[in-house]
Amino acid sequence: MKPRVLIVHASGTNRDQDAAAAVDMAGGHPEIIHINALRDGDVGVLDYQMLILPGGFSYGDDLGAGRLFATVLRHRFGDDLELFAGEGRPVLGVCNGFQALVKSGLLPAIDGSHNQQATLTRNASGRFECRWVELVPERQSPCVWTRRLTEPVYCPVAHGEGRFYAPGAALRAIERSHLVALRYHVPPDIDPYPANPNGSSNHIAGITNPAGNILGLMPHPENHISPRQHPRRHRGETQGSGLAIFINGIEYAASL
Amino acid sequence: MDRATDFCVEVTTKAGLKDARATTLERRIAMLGLAGVTSVEVADRYYLRGQIGPEDVAALADTLLHDPIIEDTHTFLLEEDALPAGDGYHIVDVVLHAGVTDSTAESLLTAATEIGIKGVVAAATGTRYTINGSITVEFAEMIATTLLANDAIQHYFINEAAPPPHVPIASNETAPQGALVDFIPLADLDTAALQELSTERRLSLDAAEMSAIRSYFGQVGRAPTDLELEMLAQTWSEHCVHKTFRALIEYTGPPPGATQPLITTTVDSILNSHIRAATESIDKPWVRSAFVDDAGIVALDDQTDLAFKVETHNHPSALEPFGGANTGVGGVVRDVIGVSARPIANTDILCFGPLDTPADSLPDGVLHPMRIEEGVVAGIEDYGNKMGIPTVNGAVVYDPGYTANPLVFCGCLGVLPAGSHPTEPRVGDRIVVLGGRIGRDGLRGATFSSMESDHTTGELSGSAVQIGHPIHEKQVLEAIMVARDEGLYNAITDCGAGGLSSSVGEMAAELGAIVHLERAPLKYPGLEPWEIWLSEAQERMVIAVRPDKIPRVADIASSLDVEMTVLGEFTGDGVMRILYDDETVGEIDCDFLHNGMPRLELTAKWEPPLGEAGPMPDVADPTDTLLALLSSPNIASKEHIVRQYDHEVRGGTVGKPFAGPQSVGPMDAAVIAPLPRRHQNEPVAGAALAVGLNPAYGRLDPYNMAWAAVDEAVRNVVAVGANPDRISILDNFSWGNPRLADRLGTLVRCTQGCHDAAVTYRTPFISGKDSLNNEYTGSDGRKHTIPGTLVISALGVVPDIALTVSSDLKQPGNDLYIIGNTGSHLGGSALAEFTGWDGGASPAPVPDAIETYLRLHRAIAAGLIASCHDVSEGGIAVAIAEMSIGGDLGADIRLGDIPAQSGLDESATAYSESLGRLVVEVATADAARFEQLMAGAITARIGSVRADDRFSFLDSAGGAFIATTIPALARAWRGHVGRPR
Repeated sequence: MKPRVLIVHASGTNRDQDAAAAVDMAGGHPEIIHINALRDGDVGVLDYQMLILPGGFSYGDDLGAGRLFATVLRHRFGDDLELFAGEGRPVLGVCNGFQALVKSGLLPAIDGSHNQQATLTRNASGRFECRWVELVPERQSPCVWTRRLTEPVYCPVAHGEGRFYAPGAALRAIERSHLVALRYHVPPDIDPYPANPNGSSNHIAGITNPAGNILGLMPHPENHISPRQHPRRHRGETQGSGLAIFINGIEYAASL
Repeated sequence: MDRATDFCVEVTTKAGLKDARATTLERRIAMLGLAGVTSVEVADRYYLRGQIGPEDVAALADTLLHDPIIEDTHTFLLEEDALPAGDGYHIVDVVLHAGVTDSTAESLLTAATEIGIKGVVAAATGTRYTINGSITVEFAEMIATTLLANDAIQHYFINEAAPPPHVPIASNETAPQGALVDFIPLADLDTAALQELSTERRLSLDAAEMSAIRSYFGQVGRAPTDLELEMLAQTWSEHCVHKTFRALIEYTGPPPGATQPLITTTVDSILNSHIRAATESIDKPWVRSAFVDDAGIVALDDQTDLAFKVETHNHPSALEPFGGANTGVGGVVRDVIGVSARPIANTDILCFGPLDTPADSLPDGVLHPMRIEEGVVAGIEDYGNKMGIPTVNGAVVYDPGYTANPLVFCGCLGVLPAGSHPTEPRVGDRIVVLGGRIGRDGLRGATFSSMESDHTTGELSGSAVQIGHPIHEKQVLEAIMVARDEGLYNAITDCGAGGLSSSVGEMAAELGAIVHLERAPLKYPGLEPWEIWLSEAQERMVIAVRPDKIPRVADIASSLDVEMTVLGEFTGDGVMRILYDDETVGEIDCDFLHNGMPRLELTAKWEPPLGEAGPMPDVADPTDTLLALLSSPNIASKEHIVRQYDHEVRGGTVGKPFAGPQSVGPMDAAVIAPLPRRHQNEPVAGAALAVGLNPAYGRLDPYNMAWAAVDEAVRNVVAVGANPDRISILDNFSWGNPRLADRLGTLVRCTQGCHDAAVTYRTPFISGKDSLNNEYTGSDGRKHTIPGTLVISALGVVPDIALTVSSDLKQPGNDLYIIGNTGSHLGGSALAEFTGWDGGASPAPVPDAIETYLRLHRAIAAGLIASCHDVSEGGIAVAIAEMSIGGDLGADIRLGDIPAQSGLDESATAYSESLGRLVVEVATADAARFEQLMAGAITARIGSVRADDRFSFLDSAGGAFIATTIPALARAWRGHVGRPR
């Protein structure tokens, strides 16, 4: 049985179909469900083995990126979500979904607390950035989504508010607990921009929770699942598929 | 009922942290060139009104309005809003005019309900800027007007708290006060009085058109209502019916392509005789629909069609660059939804004044080009990115001719299952509107954009300027896609210029319809019936739905947060009847509405420009000249703009905007894989998108400009791998006032070139649009017009995306070839602009170019081409330099081996902009096969790829003509890219 994967569509979500394509290719069964249908009780979060909060501009990001999405999630499905995550089922938040996970307190959830502990704020460049980045997996991270990745993941970022920031103590706790799952690859001795496209602290691109079943990241691994999407395919390069992250997630979900 | 209380929540950045907005603003203030500002702080302000208490507001502030990690909130009663006392700073509050779309406020109201706070009756937002430093209030005011507020949509207060621009929550209970309509007596008005009435009401109708209306209502036996008159003005506007393109024109000029003798002929509609005629004579079986719908449709393969449309949004972008470009994108995306297609890629072509234009040289009321560019780019970014449509291709042209009249062309490509677009409403079908609420936004937009502008336009037409709401459109799109797949509608169109009056009017042109205006959802009370009927409130689609299918459409809409209204029905009696609360407010025969407009008769004249400009100045140092051309704004990299657009969403962008190991080289065309993954190992068809425009050539000869634009657009898609037999094109004309014979003369001459080029290349026009009257009269009475600007957009089918080519050099030792002949074509060239020379000949048509492209395509399909780049602005030298920058590999080129017109000197050979040329890289092992495939076309080996970073052009004697390095080229071409402005 293919794991059933819930991809939540809030009004303004726009990479739901991209995420579905990645799940499909990784061997899962994606279902894109509008948040209104979840609310109406047609289907429930707990009917699924995996949850993806995809990229986009939920509710226009008018009140800050992912803020209202986070509020709606907590108010409508807070208990289900905590149960879902607490049971160790895999959750992925990409870009806007990452912002919502952080702003709803599901990430990084240091010490099990579900208060907001970090944030994703405006890029240091002051503008939206769309470019490909290289993501280095952190070996010691407990994250199930990035385990056994042997090579960097290469995929695009496309965001205006992706600068990861946490106050000193929280940042130290995140590092100490190895909650950083992915970092932007910044070669030494050069200007970190644009390799780190947004000015994130410690070049953090994605983080996990202490249990390792939740991953949030700003870049879009779902937009590099086929060699044809590689920007240097005309030069014969194919490495760094983002599909590996989805395969990890599906395998993990299937093992539960 | 309790009296409502007004609160304000102010959100500030925590002490010790820096807001990126503030940093950007400080940099921009520094760029104004005045010292004294030490820092800036930016605070968001939320104004809330309702039967609410401080605890409700605090809950909202805590949950929704701030980011607790980096921001603090401060909540207070509005009446206690006091400015902090002290010296050393100025405070500027900026708020929107009441009624301008404020999506944040809308979200706030939604969110309040979501978290259980009822009683909020109005919300609004504002921004407070604290400008620290010892500056005068006049300087603060200058900052406010140039950087912080645009009076087309906002107002500002200096050192005074702004009152919140509350708009009461929408309600349809408040009917308009007094009479529903005014009757406008026409019977007794003579021609002069009719003309005066047209001017006074800004109807933009001429005396003949007003007289036709007068006689129609004379027969009906009553005076027209304001609604009827306004509806006729919209329906008959240049924007909606393209009366110039359909006019009978007496044209004096040389025969097409020749420069003498001048002959006077009658052109029976340039649209029919020059544009459509080309499509008809080319007669391609894969053209599914051309010119009859909101967008052109062609086949991708047996099962899938592509829809393509490019629109202009020039006038609104001049007044409010963000909103203008924003709603421009929204409009063209709706055109594509309007043919039942899912939008999958956007393009944008922008024309601005030079960014270094001195501020004191601007005509009165004209925004600075830098501000226009910044706003336009932000507007495109906002709409495209939020809708999740990748912006993949475009162009930016800087010319003083665009300073007072910037041009914004927005394009959209869509995909739909073949045959899935229904176009026939039936009698009894309901008229269903999906999408946003109606306000006074965009009233008379169609007529506004059909008029010339002057320094008072901003003030008078403020209501024509709008801010879009991309999320609404995204949800309407999703609803339409479900409805299409379930076959729930019989016809569809978008609600654009002219609002419901145009969209329902057009849909009901054959059948007639009855409409109940009181059912239309309003943003705020008090709209007159004519305002509801004409409002161009964004993000609305109209569909014709059989009555039994209404409940299912309603379900789909509500499940996607989309508002739906059943406005009326199609009657079959051929009359457009508009009611408000059962009272008739308009009733016009559809036949008169759509066919009653008198045919326009115009005069046009074109003569070749007179006078000799003398010989071209000598090119002092060819290397310095190359570097200067690379760094000139029209050639230099646009990466700083392009990277603000999401070009990756949907995952189908398989030919990116940039190429090479560092992803910095320019690509000639974008390649999109329209469909999600099919079977592995099966060829995947793609769509290549590119543009061609060369307004500088048009100053010399608009006929040649048309050929150049068609050739460039076609060549660009061929360069990446499109099949030359499967290319369709779109025409977009932005021109001056067509009632002036010289302006119209260049337009006629240009459309002649469009016809001849399209027929010769066998590339049918499938859609187009014209934006005329791009003229601006300053308060000094000086008239500013644009150079007649033709944009050709090409859509090419790529048989297999695996067999596409990029422009970056790949492999040291590979051979470099030039395809096509080089002539003396420096008129209107980048070199001519650089040397300040206005002589020379513009590039001449190359009638057999398409045969050459077919050969090249076979070589690409055979996998023989390592890289390929078109030769355009800046000639061969710039083209190869761009390939070197992209591939980070040097090149050696022998000028003497370039096939050229005899006697052409070396500078002209390097920089001439002759059409029909490309540079290709071929592995030595493939050279023989390549040359064989190209036999019969002018093709020559002119050099090779180096392993190091040296870049050189050798003259025929073997001496160095150009000698430089890739870092020097890259610095010139993209040195500005890393610096945020």
